[in-house]
Amino acid sequence: MESMNNEKTGGVFTFAEQVDGELSKVSLELVGKARELAGGLGTSVTAILPCAEMGNMARELVESGADRVIVIAHPSLGDYATEPYAHAVASVIRREHPEILLYGATSIGRDLAPRISARVRTGLTADCTSLEIDPETKALRMTRPAFGGNLMATIVSPNHRPQMATVRPGVMQALVPEKGRAGTIETFDPGFTKGALDVEILEIVRRAADTSDIGSADIIVAGGRGVGSREKFALLEELAGVLGGTVAASRPCVEAGWVEPSRQVGQTGRTVRPKVYFAIGISGAIQHLAGMEGSGLIIAVNNDETAPIFSVADLGIVGDLNEVIPRLIQKVRAAKAG
Amino acid sequence: MDLTLSREQEMARGLFREFAEREVKPLAQQIDEEERFPRETVEKMARLGFLGIPIPREYGGQGCDELTYLLCVEELAKVCATTAVLLSAHVSLACGTILKHGTEVQKQRFLVPLAKGEKLGAFALTEPNAGTDASAQQTRAVLDGDDYVIDGSKIFITNGKEADIYIVFAMTDRSKGTKGITAFIVEKGTPGFTFGSKEKKMGIRGSSTYEICFSGCRVPKENRLGDEGKGFGIAMQALDGGRMGIAAQATGIAAGALDRTIAYVKQRRQFGKPLSKFQNTQFQIAEMATRVQAAELLVFKAAQAKQTQKRYSVEASMAKMFASATAVDVTARCVQLHGGYGYTREYEVERMMRDAKVTEIYEGTSEVQKMVVAGALL
Amino acid sequence: MNIIVCIKQVPDTTEVRIDPKTGTLVREGVPSIMNPDDKAGLEAALRLKDALGAHVTALTMGPPQAETVLREAMAMGADAAVLVTDRAFGGADTIATSTTLAAAIRTMDFDLIITGRQAIDGDTAQVGPQVAEFLKIPSVAYAEGIQLEEGGKSLLVHRRFEDRSHVVRVKLPCLVTALSELNAPRYMTPGGIFEAWREREIRVLKRADLPELRDDEIGLKGSPTRVAKSFPKAMKPAGTVKAGLSADEAADEITSCLQAHFVL
Repeated sequence: MESMNNEKTGGVFTFAEQVDGELSKVSLELVGKARELAGGLGTSVTAILPCAEMGNMARELVESGADRVIVIAHPSLGDYATEPYAHAVASVIRREHPEILLYGATSIGRDLAPRISARVRTGLTADCTSLEIDPETKALRMTRPAFGGNLMATIVSPNHRPQMATVRPGVMQALVPEKGRAGTIETFDPGFTKGALDVEILEIVRRAADTSDIGSADIIVAGGRGVGSREKFALLEELAGVLGGTVAASRPCVEAGWVEPSRQVGQTGRTVRPKVYFAIGISGAIQHLAGMEGSGLIIAVNNDETAPIFSVADLGIVGDLNEVIPRLIQKVRAAKAG
Repeated sequence: MDLTLSREQEMARGLFREFAEREVKPLAQQIDEEERFPRETVEKMARLGFLGIPIPREYGGQGCDELTYLLCVEELAKVCATTAVLLSAHVSLACGTILKHGTEVQKQRFLVPLAKGEKLGAFALTEPNAGTDASAQQTRAVLDGDDYVIDGSKIFITNGKEADIYIVFAMTDRSKGTKGITAFIVEKGTPGFTFGSKEKKMGIRGSSTYEICFSGCRVPKENRLGDEGKGFGIAMQALDGGRMGIAAQATGIAAGALDRTIAYVKQRRQFGKPLSKFQNTQFQIAEMATRVQAAELLVFKAAQAKQTQKRYSVEASMAKMFASATAVDVTARCVQLHGGYGYTREYEVERMMRDAKVTEIYEGTSEVQKMVVAGALL
Repeated sequence: MNIIVCIKQVPDTTEVRIDPKTGTLVREGVPSIMNPDDKAGLEAALRLKDALGAHVTALTMGPPQAETVLREAMAMGADAAVLVTDRAFGGADTIATSTTLAAAIRTMDFDLIITGRQAIDGDTAQVGPQVAEFLKIPSVAYAEGIQLEEGGKSLLVHRRFEDRSHVVRVKLPCLVTALSELNAPRYMTPGGIFEAWREREIRVLKRADLPELRDDEIGLKGSPTRVAKSFPKAMKPAGTVKAGLSADEAADEITSCLQAHFVL
């Protein structure tokens, strides 16, 4: 086992994840966060970019805040495979001795980071939602949810370097890209040989995100009697579409035949706990509340200000859904595009 | 005295609970509404060995104990009383009787497929004119060569049309009264064995409750269960076991209704606060929980008696009498706490209240249980 | 074929509640269960056993009461069970845990190791890949399908990513981490439960049984990470209800709420 101590350190590093030759969104978010952390430490930001060809990706990383990009370009790094990636990143760690190394908490990052943590024997904190430098010790304080999100824990890695974390996508802010920003782009070849740890990719099957099951949806746009007709549910479908969510309904809509029974939420339907639950034109009868109260964020739109749904909503809008929802769709679209 | 479950009983209870929640609960309202026998559930239970829990492994069973089987009935009853009673009739009345009174050949031929769940069992004692007074049997069995010829009819038979193997009681010698009753094993499909009408019931509406009819039905001599004239004793012993199954079912119905009501009163708000903050609600819940636990402990006691004693009629009757009264009382109170919603079919307590009533009636009414207990004391 | 399935006993986090008065985690009365991803991994192993006659060993590290999940695994059909338990292993983070598990696995014969993707109490998804690294074998995370290839020397694994799956071939011995979506685990049987508790043995590995482990790589001392503090998630504030907004203002209100929660 190789133990890394913190005698020689080399700044804040990020793993730049690319899929199909394009940077994942989280890669830019990490660079943005790394800038802030590097500021606190008085050091620089380096992005590690394993890929088949760097294309414009290294420039993008610099424009988004990296001072330096280490490009490791090799045919075996095109599509993600654990071993060549682990070899590439671990080789950089051994050469550069980073103080901090951040990965996105994506499928790739959550597979790669533990493999590397074992290879260089250092700590790793998963799925962080907050990262900060301790003003006194200069240690990285990594905060993450535990126990199914019921508890938050702040983790430190006192004696091992790099301090490594995977970071939830969408939590950190990417910086506004600065055209022509200065930064060095260098290539590194750690040498690749086929070995016993290699896995052969035979086929790649792309699939559209499956949002059909309301039980596993992260975002649910649910309609009630107030929606008014089967046709008007198209509006909810559209909102669900732009948010990447799925449509559900309260019992009266199912009984009226506007929505199929598998989408019914409530006492006689399904119990759901999405991250976001829109209750649109739903009054919030106790039978309905029983099926959705556990949702993360509840946003209700209803024209009746006395509707019980408002008592469980995090945000309640008293208003006409026929006016509010179309505007909301436009604004969500605009936000997604920007 | 140790009133806790063993680790294996505890784990088995967890299994039954998970199975009940995932496989049985989703069907409960539907089979009640449609008065449909849950055949798919029987098949699932058969694959998992639930149809032979207390039967020794050498007879195709799971080799567990009586209490583990009763825990299964109770957990099923928490979500669906119909599913619980079909299991109780199969295990306690059919399997248990062949295990206790069958010959080795009968056990291999009938008990093994029953315990494995390849076949379903039923128990046919009650007649139109022989209910609580089971001695007034009118069904006759007459020996003719190597066969008995059975004539008569039985009513209110649980698993009536769905079973494959029936324990049937008939008079072989009317002059001897109860000492003239004999037990037989009759297979579905035997010529002269037909089904009468289906009962339309208040509760346990998915349970297949039928009249079964015998007309010149020839049953081979080797299907006689026990000696001639021993049938009444066999029936009474079978009912001791069956009553524990019903006690477990009743306890489960009450516990299930209480669980749902606890969830409801925490959620339902009136006068600006949850129902659970009203003292009436709190007192009701406390009383009901205490009664449910007392019922469960009587079931445990009866199960222990069955495991360790030759006779356990009193324990079985006490458990059934108390648990069934608890089920009727608790479910009615649960409906009351649900208010108007509790009277609708959208909430399961409505069904549970209807299901509860039969536990005071079948396998010996509460009045019969009192006779048994008093008879032992006076 | 010898298959080792690593399983973990976890509190059922869907039952975990925060005490609203003290703000602490209420673990009392919370049932302990076999971690769901691990159970899918065990089921995958049992299906290989049903089809090919593999020998399946369930392995767990934890306090003595973790015995329960091993009994459960045997009641489902595992052939053998190993419990790694010692105070010296306590307080371990993922690195120290996988170091210990890897040492335990070195005492056993294996062609395939299956772990769950992640445990619901920690959600780290680290132990599987780390064990593979310490054993110097390949690993494939997030399996949604596992087949043994003809000849029995390699597996075809469908490996799930966010928007795609990779179909990969991996030579044995290897480690695969299973997703709950991989299969629907079988139920135990009542008889299986009784047999597991009354007739089966569990092999217990203590610190002294794994002498090659150094003290500075196990337990709390061997853990690179430390929990500096833990605290309840900020309580959900009472919601706001806004009336009298124009449609445009209302839509803005919702959009900024979504942005504040990182939905946008």
